[in-house]
Amino acid sequence: MHMADALLAPTVAATMYVASGVTAGVSVKNLRMDEQTSKLPVMGVMAAFVFAGQMINYTIPGTGSSGHLCGGMMLSALLGPYAGFLSMIVILAIQCLFFADGGLMALGANCWNMAFYGCFIGYFLIYRPIMRKKGGNTQLRLIVASILGCIITLQLGAFSVCIETFASGISELPFGAFAALMQPIHLAIGLIEGIITAAVLVFVYQTRPELLEVVGEESSGQSKMSVKTVVVILAVAALLVGGIGSQFASSHPDGLEWSLFGNSEEGYSANMGLDEEEFGVSSGAADTAAGIQEKTAFLPDYAFAGDEENAMGTTVSGILGGAIVAAAAVVICLLGGFFRKKKS
Amino acid sequence: MDQISAAMHDIAEIDTLAAGNSFLHRRHPLPKLLITILYIFTVVSFPTEQLSGILPMILVPVVLYQLADIPVSTCFYKLRFILPLVCAVGIWNPILNRTPALQMGRFVVTAGMISFVTLLLKGILSLMMSFLLIAVTSIEKICYALRLLHVPKILVTQTLITFRYISLLLHEAGTMFQAYQLRAPGQKGVHISAWGSFLGQLLLRSMDRAGELYQSMELRGFRGSFYYADVKHAGKADYMYFIVMAAVLLLFRSVNISILIGTIFS
Repeated sequence: MHMADALLAPTVAATMYVASGVTAGVSVKNLRMDEQTSKLPVMGVMAAFVFAGQMINYTIPGTGSSGHLCGGMMLSALLGPYAGFLSMIVILAIQCLFFADGGLMALGANCWNMAFYGCFIGYFLIYRPIMRKKGGNTQLRLIVASILGCIITLQLGAFSVCIETFASGISELPFGAFAALMQPIHLAIGLIEGIITAAVLVFVYQTRPELLEVVGEESSGQSKMSVKTVVVILAVAALLVGGIGSQFASSHPDGLEWSLFGNSEEGYSANMGLDEEEFGVSSGAADTAAGIQEKTAFLPDYAFAGDEENAMGTTVSGILGGAIVAAAAVVICLLGGFFRKKKS
Repeated sequence: MDQISAAMHDIAEIDTLAAGNSFLHRRHPLPKLLITILYIFTVVSFPTEQLSGILPMILVPVVLYQLADIPVSTCFYKLRFILPLVCAVGIWNPILNRTPALQMGRFVVTAGMISFVTLLLKGILSLMMSFLLIAVTSIEKICYALRLLHVPKILVTQTLITFRYISLLLHEAGTMFQAYQLRAPGQKGVHISAWGSFLGQLLLRSMDRAGELYQSMELRGFRGSFYYADVKHAGKADYMYFIVMAAVLLLFRSVNISILIGTIFS
């Protein structure tokens, strides 16, 4: 899933650098000073361990092919999310410099795609809630948390690759088709990585359980802070993507619009022959829906009404759009009970 | 050569190259790092249809490889990692975008073909420059430059520890894997029944090693940072290198050298 420099536009690469940089800053801040000294050798050696572990082939039964380890979830389970994220940055930087796996410009995007989701989303929203559940079989919970965490975080990472490539505008491949290629492949990769991670964590639990990050004994204050941190980072990233990325949004029709309506100045002969004004089914329900949309859409076509050409309007629209998406994500989290107060 | 041996070979090769004493090896690490970033930024900033604009950028790494006394071909083996993904994304361009851009006799060059070649070129050039950086600058000096750029101490120190331990753990993983293969002849990788115990054993050994490392570092008075590298202050040659290279990159980005040369000679 390593992005190459060639696949990213400078603005997208810079945006992802800022997002990963902010997350790294938060991680450094959250590792206490004494931890920074005492955990440092463990972090260094564990990063080297993951690196060595990535070089080993794991035979997938019945297929003849083999899988590999990525390591984000495993490092989070062993070192905690903050130390895990910093260790993943180091692994990705060394891979990029010494093995040409990734690129210097793409390092920010790779950290986000491969480390952020595994270390923060995977840890705070999947691994920790599952491991904190009282009762039941701990080994079974480790297996479920590892597999679920790896699958979901790899799906998120792969989807981010699609978004970044699409936003960079370097491929003619439509976004949907690219995502349809990426997501199923990474579903299989995520499953294999999840099984490898689960196998290792269960082995560690059986032999040296004290090595696993003790997820059930953190103070509630730390826990609240951690979830907030994830939300803040996501909000900043959404604002950055919306604000910076939208400056470069194309004023040309997108692929679907173009294929349907083409360029009116060149006539409609080269496309499907549809006139945008006249296209669509005329019905009472459609007119009512259009009326509602017109009233509720306060930023039609991503710009202020009457000022569609204004780039500033596009930027503000992008930021507002990002804020709305972030707000929707928070509401979904609230509904799902992620912020539910812990029972004393 | 298996993956572990290949990785160990790569590290040893880069260590040997970085120990050289050419004009580029002697430069201060900070201008080298900044120029590398600036070059890659410039290369990727070219629009995908501007093949003529990006072509002169080839000259920069080619000249620098000569100054560093490193054969250009050294880095091509590394392309095996990045080219598959770049190809997978870019190969759709000639298929989906068949707008004619150029006619050479009966052969029509489409806009999709041009953007695909530009994409490949961007990937190759970025790789050439980042490989050159690591081939003429040791990891300690790069870490020193990163500290000058105020990258957090914990990240820089961890990079140094990780890099030093990678060789050791790769060697250990290689020995374990070889022992496993000798007991499981004809098997391609590690069987699913041994996934946990194989990697788990390596993990436990690594954890023990980390504990011993921490104790020995504490005994030597470690307080969170290392003495990075013996780097002299930047001199006139370093400033000149930075200014000249930055000017060249700016010129190549703002003026289409290919078209300019073509105009002169047509």
